[in-house]
Amino acid sequence: MPVERFPVEAGHIMLFARSVGDANQIYYDENYAKGTEPGGIIAPPTFVQASAQFDPDYGLRPKIGQKWFGSGANPTGSNVPPVDEPEQQRAGGGSGLHAEQHYEYHRHLKPGDVLRSVSRPGESWEREGRRAGKLIFSESITEYYDQNNELVITARSVGVRTERPVQQD
Amino acid sequence: MPVKASSIKVGDVHEEVVCNDLSRTQIVQYAGTSGDYNPLHTDEVFATKIAGYPTAFAHGMLTMGMTGKMLTNWLGDGRLTKFGVRFVSQVFPGDTLTAKATVKEIRQENGGPVVDLELSTVNQEGKEVVTGQASARLDP
Repeated sequence: MPVERFPVEAGHIMLFARSVGDANQIYYDENYAKGTEPGGIIAPPTFVQASAQFDPDYGLRPKIGQKWFGSGANPTGSNVPPVDEPEQQRAGGGSGLHAEQHYEYHRHLKPGDVLRSVSRPGESWEREGRRAGKLIFSESITEYYDQNNELVITARSVGVRTERPVQQD
Repeated sequence: MPVKASSIKVGDVHEEVVCNDLSRTQIVQYAGTSGDYNPLHTDEVFATKIAGYPTAFAHGMLTMGMTGKMLTNWLGDGRLTKFGVRFVSQVFPGDTLTAKATVKEIRQENGGPVVDLELSTVNQEGKEVVTGQASARLDP
């Protein structure tokens, strides 16, 4: 998911840290953060995933004026399966799930950074799974650049599309 | 509180309980901050009746985020150079997760010590939900 402009904001970092249950003061207290090795607020290691918020076409966010595929009056709010979404983002029985995520940090993000990302497809492969039938894996590589066009994070994501919902052991 | 290379050795294990009785509300919080509003994670009606799962389940990235908290609490802020995971089993509301890191190697990179770690996050039944690797800069 390429994003043209992802402004990294202090409030977003604080809320993100709360949502992963991380109480580290470096994510919200500027005075505390000044005395740490990074010398200021930084973002937690997986924060860059929130770039989805800044992708206008991200398929897993309800769009104003469009039907959403989650439940409303009925179990699904849409009669139309979300087929025009990228494979990795498709939801439902026999759905797209996240299989792997890898990050390489060239530096850590801080409030005030403005990122853009470029993505390219990686490999794809198939195998027969024990708990979900045929599995189709596809990889994508995303590079995040800062306001100075410096590469800050390289991300590699693997999505899997399953033939049926994953059975529980 | 970065870790000194001399204070750890290959085979050492560090672990932290990173969530206790995971609440549906925390999953909702994560949907809100990450921007991943897939109803599989927060919409019980959709997850069970449409997608065919026993209940809604957490985002894999939430478990990765909680595993990352163990790493930064242990190794210090801004020290990670690499962090990668595989999502091997689903995490459900009510789960209690323990994230573990095992020291595989301590080596020199760009003139300073770096640790390579193998990661495993398990639920209350000892079932692995996430496996992975990470590397971080240490103090000499």
